[in-house]
Amino acid sequence: MGEFYRLTLYVLGSSPKCQAAIFNLRRILEEEIPGRYELEIIDVMEHPELAEEDKVLATPTLIKKSPAPVHRVIGDMSLTEKVRLGLGLGPKRGIVQRGVVD
Amino acid sequence: MSGLEKLPTHIAGFDLVARGGLPKGRTTLVAGTAGSAKTVFAVQFLVEGILRGEPGVFVTFEEPPEDIRRNMLGFGWDIPRWEAEGRWFFMDASLQPEEVGVEAGAYDLGALLARVESACRKIGAKRVSIDSVGAIFSQFNDTSIIRAELFRMAAVLKRLNVTAVLTTERTQDYGEISRYGVEEFVSDNVILLRNVLEEEKRRRTVEILKFRGADHQKGEYPFSVVPNSGINVIPLTTALGQTSTNKRIHSGNSELDGLCGGGFFRDSVILVSGATGTGKTLMVTEFMSGGVEKGERCLILAFEESREQLFRNAGGWGHDFAELEKSGRMKVVCVYPEAMSVEDHLIQMKAVIEEFKPDRLAVDSLSAIERITTPKSFREFVIGLTSFVKQREMAALFTATTATLTGGSAVTDAHISTITDSIILMRYVELHGEMRRGLTVLKMRGSPHDKEIREFTIDANGMHIGRPFRNVSGILSGNPVQISPREELDRLGGMFKDDE
Repeated sequence: MGEFYRLTLYVLGSSPKCQAAIFNLRRILEEEIPGRYELEIIDVMEHPELAEEDKVLATPTLIKKSPAPVHRVIGDMSLTEKVRLGLGLGPKRGIVQRGVVD
Repeated sequence: MSGLEKLPTHIAGFDLVARGGLPKGRTTLVAGTAGSAKTVFAVQFLVEGILRGEPGVFVTFEEPPEDIRRNMLGFGWDIPRWEAEGRWFFMDASLQPEEVGVEAGAYDLGALLARVESACRKIGAKRVSIDSVGAIFSQFNDTSIIRAELFRMAAVLKRLNVTAVLTTERTQDYGEISRYGVEEFVSDNVILLRNVLEEEKRRRTVEILKFRGADHQKGEYPFSVVPNSGINVIPLTTALGQTSTNKRIHSGNSELDGLCGGGFFRDSVILVSGATGTGKTLMVTEFMSGGVEKGERCLILAFEESREQLFRNAGGWGHDFAELEKSGRMKVVCVYPEAMSVEDHLIQMKAVIEEFKPDRLAVDSLSAIERITTPKSFREFVIGLTSFVKQREMAALFTATTATLTGGSAVTDAHISTITDSIILMRYVELHGEMRRGLTVLKMRGSPHDKEIREFTIDANGMHIGRPFRNVSGILSGNPVQISPREELDRLGGMFKDDE
């Protein structure tokens, strides 16, 4: 049993980058921590005050609110290894990936 | 095509240099090195608006809002109160050190833009300050994205009809405009703030590099950062186009009035130049005393002597300064020249003048100010003071000390002779092994005047101007030569002789 992840993803309307981020992120989460996460998706156009509170500048921005430490990952989540790093999930089992990830 | 509409910033003196203010509804880039007062400029731009009913949004990429609130208290700006009143909105975009971010794919700054737009709409912002661009470049890896997004931000602000200031770093005071080349894509309007070390003196200047499609003054203008008021720009507008009257005033000495063709002009600047001890301070004393007698308000700004010395001297010539001050029509302000920079002196002098509202002003002496600064700053000081005085239609008498006892002219004279209306020279004249004093009205704009060099004496009743020096030439050059009446007649005759 692992820890439970509380995640917030800030997106901007239905921009392609944000749609890609939602898609990529869900895939990673389902693979890595199925059933152990809660993902809240916030559109900054609708809730700028929440973006204000979390001091979000870039979209998409993923904030891992727990477990500590709080960490941010920005971008369309296409760089899987970076997302894993940002979430503190450690390197992928069996494969050591270095350098450019496509 | 008419120029762009301007929004007055109300930053003291700046709007004169900017010919009305910043281009309205546009973003203006303010670039400067570290310590050039960029943040003060950005904050003051909002403050002056808020004080006039225009709410503002401050976007900070660098210092946390708490630091800015605290640092600006020294200027008397109570930001927390304005925040509570919904007139100031802090958008904290400063780096959150505890939350290091990872970049995992393509992104933009959509959230930033959405927040700015939302904040502007929420408080009805007319002004936005963004401080500073360099800090946001260091928060993200991809500078091309930041550039594109800043460009989009300027477009959003324009759509909202908000006038904005965007600050950016420079690595040196003279060189490339900004560190990240921001000016090329963000803004058509660029202002440079400088803080240059010059002859061991710090000199702050502001220069408007460009306002696309709008007029502005060219070149560098000095400014100072003053407690309780912020940035004060010294606009070096020459005093042309001021109304000038033909009204004469009593110089304080009837004989001098006579030499000047009936007294000084009401709104003129008179320069009195002479070596130490020739009687400049006496002329100031009589000028002041004569003003008070006529019911005018008189102000002395003294940089050479202490109050006690001034009062004692005046007493020695039969003028009771203590009594005159008691009447409320005269004020003596003594300032130690080295106490502050020349820019601060000018700002303080203006403040004293504004407060007392004198009809007559005497500055004794300009040379004391010249001593503490560079020629360039001194020249700007003199021009700044003269134009300020002329706008207020008062008679001003400035003294300048020449370096040599007899003849000679100080650097001062060269700087200011063209912007003063009248020049009176006082000189020692060595004749027959005796030091005597001579005086001449060198220039009197708009009036005939006596052109002779007259001898004068000083006693317990003040200055007495007598007859012209006869049969002497070369006084002003410091080499008086006795010439016989016969020679003089020959010379004069020779001048008009018809050679044919």
